[in-house]
Amino acid sequence: MAHAISPGKPDAIDFLQIDGMLSAEERLLRDTVRQFVADQVTPHVDDWFNDGVFPKDLVKTMGDMGLLGMHLEGYGCAGTSAVAYGLACTELEAGDSGVRSFVSVQGSLAMYPIWAFGSEEQKQEWLPGMASGDLIGCFGLTEPDSGSDPGSMRTNAKRDGDDWILNGTKMWITNGSIADVAIVWAGTDDGIRGFIVPTNTPGFTANKIEKKLSLRASVTSELVMDNVRLPSFAVLPNVAGLKGPLSCLNEARFGILFGAVGAARACYETALTYAKERVQFDKPIGSFQLTQRKLVEMMVGVNQGMLLAMHLGRKRDAGTLSAEHVNFGKLVNVRMALDVAREARGVLGANGITLEYPVIRHMNNLESVYTYEGTNEIHTLVLGQAITGISAFA
Amino acid sequence: MNIAVCVKQIPDPATPYELDDENHWIIRPEDQVLDDTDRSGVEVALQLAEATEGTVTLYSMSPSGTLQGIRQALAMGADAAVLIDDPALKGADALTTARVLAAAMQQEGFDLVIAGTESTDGYSGIMPQMMSEILDVPCLSFARKVDAGDGSVTIERQTSDGFDVVEAPIPALITVTAGIEPRYPTFKGIMQAKSKPVTTLTSADLGITNTVHQVIRSVEPVAARTAGEIIEDDGEAYLRIIEVLEQAKVV
Ligand SMILES: Cc1cc2nc3c(=O)[nH]c(=O)nc-3n(C[C@H](O)[C@H](O)[C@H](O)COP(=O)(O)OP(=O)(O)OC[C@H]3O[C@@H](n4cnc5c(N)ncnc54)[C@H](O)[C@@H]3O)c2cc1C
Ligand SMILES: Cc1cc2nc3c(=O)[nH]c(=O)nc-3n(C[C@H](O)[C@H](O)[C@H](O)COP(=O)(O)OP(=O)(O)OC[C@H]3O[C@@H](n4cnc5c(N)ncnc54)[C@H](O)[C@@H]3O)c2cc1C
Repeated sequence: MAHAISPGKPDAIDFLQIDGMLSAEERLLRDTVRQFVADQVTPHVDDWFNDGVFPKDLVKTMGDMGLLGMHLEGYGCAGTSAVAYGLACTELEAGDSGVRSFVSVQGSLAMYPIWAFGSEEQKQEWLPGMASGDLIGCFGLTEPDSGSDPGSMRTNAKRDGDDWILNGTKMWITNGSIADVAIVWAGTDDGIRGFIVPTNTPGFTANKIEKKLSLRASVTSELVMDNVRLPSFAVLPNVAGLKGPLSCLNEARFGILFGAVGAARACYETALTYAKERVQFDKPIGSFQLTQRKLVEMMVGVNQGMLLAMHLGRKRDAGTLSAEHVNFGKLVNVRMALDVAREARGVLGANGITLEYPVIRHMNNLESVYTYEGTNEIHTLVLGQAITGISAFA
Repeated sequence: MNIAVCVKQIPDPATPYELDDENHWIIRPEDQVLDDTDRSGVEVALQLAEATEGTVTLYSMSPSGTLQGIRQALAMGADAAVLIDDPALKGADALTTARVLAAAMQQEGFDLVIAGTESTDGYSGIMPQMMSEILDVPCLSFARKVDAGDGSVTIERQTSDGFDVVEAPIPALITVTAGIEPRYPTFKGIMQAKSKPVTTLTSADLGITNTVHQVIRSVEPVAARTAGEIIEDDGEAYLRIIEVLEQAKVV
């Protein structure tokens, strides 16, 4: 028999009481990251964004906490559950998408391929230093003329005796100019392979992309490889073909589908507080039906997004998550977050365009999140193919 | 060095506290958090333990049986915890709390006791001093820095205009200020926390009876703030401002 409807009043933020789905351990981990963000990110992030600087000082603290490569096992990594990784991303991105991007790239795009496809020597050499934050990694897949269609990449690696010679240009590479090591994907005679490239190798240069209006507290760069000579053991031995980089992207997207909810939550919380305090026409603007509708839509979006993220997280920990589920999550939650951010921006009136409030920063950041890790359109096409059996990519 | 740290689990300070109409105690939800000031105590203990290859044991009197705050301190790196969980201790006053914690520490053994200066929910600020009296050890209060010596401890005692350097032989008790920046729990620590030993005791296990002394007869709301004094500046207003600040003992 069903229980009677309980009389308790739901919380304005965690309306669906999703907190109750978390174990004590998951809550402690979530609260730890939330505290870190409140102490170390929120008080300064408007300046980082304004000045276009990434807070490199935080990397070591993040490493000490275990945030870097946290869901990987061994080699100095914390080895948490997938849900724990997701919750950490939610809290980081409630601070700033740029900080979450750093963690995604380090853990899921740079450490993960070494962990999953590397030799034992490669893992020993790189992973402990990357987990501790002593070494920063980046992931080079996208090129100036190859974005949604990575199979069209021009970067190539050719054998020269036992060595490899790498040539090409990678574009929009997060952490590029601050990285100690780059995972570069390049065409070879055996298809696309991944290379571990120390960034001090002769012929390798990283140029920071200035003048962006999104993810300003994150470094984005161009990587130029001009006859970069690498030893034979620089290649990741255990993967060939596009499934190498694509499996990394799935790892990162999993974090993003949680992370976007954090950015949305921060915008909704800000708008809710603002609407209750801001008085126009002798009333708080939150008392107008139009505003209430906006707030309710935001609340619904954030809660549905978290519910979806938790569902996918639990599936992953149970071993039943498929790649298409990740596409679903990235598509839906980032779109939701961008909608929430834009609506919240409006509720804040003119204050909504300043960095005094987090909203326009999140809104602008989410434009990148919407595009990277597979654009909204590409995820739609993947799902379209999944349900019709027909590919509409080309 | 065997270090005992007092950790209090309190209702989340971010949510408004409510008092029980009958006994005027704070209504304690099932979920409580580690008192922020105790995070500094745990930090100091961990640093001293690292420097002396010692151990850190947490002591918490928590009649509601909650473990969340203790887990947080274990996740920071403490080795073990002793929880005194007994319904008879609900509403215990500072002296009862001091007796209970001191008895538990005496039973388990210690070289150094660390506590916060005052709790965030009760803020009596006298419990640690009572404990040091019961334990018959010197009390070094308001430490903003602690160093372990050979058979002794030295602290910088925060004062209103600087600090005193104070030294005592161990065993001793130290209260630490919130000025000591606590570390974040590590994720590995969080995952290990649930397998660390937590001993649960009752007051009877410690031979303590007659546990509740203090009765709160009534609670009055804080008087509403009255309007401030407006000082017209006739060129001499600064004199009155200095006077006010001096009366308030802020300069
Ligand atoms: C801040 C930032 C950081 C980034 N970090 C990294 C990184 O660390 N490493 C990395 O490798 N890359 C990174 N990227 C690159 C990112 O992954 C690409 O921008 C993304 O894959 C899209 O590629 P593109 O920009 O070339 O757009 P394009 O592929 O040119 O797409 C342009 C538009 O066309 C649409 N489109 C393309 N094909 C189709 C189709 N078949 N049907 C319908 N519509 C289509 C797209 O959806 C999009 O709207 C980053 C990007 C940004 C903005
Ligand atoms: C870059 C910039 C330049 C500007 N330049 C000028 C200038 O030169 N001169 C000048 O005088 N002003 C200027 N403004 C101010 C601008 O006109 C105001 O921002 C605008 O009128 C909105 O007022 P507000 O920001 O106080 O928002 P609010 O009035 O507080 O509105 C906040 C939110 O509440 C909503 N809201 C308010 N009332 C109701 C209601 N009754 N029912 C439903 N929703 C409601 C609004 O639609 C909005 O979403 C400028 C603003 C900006 C951003």
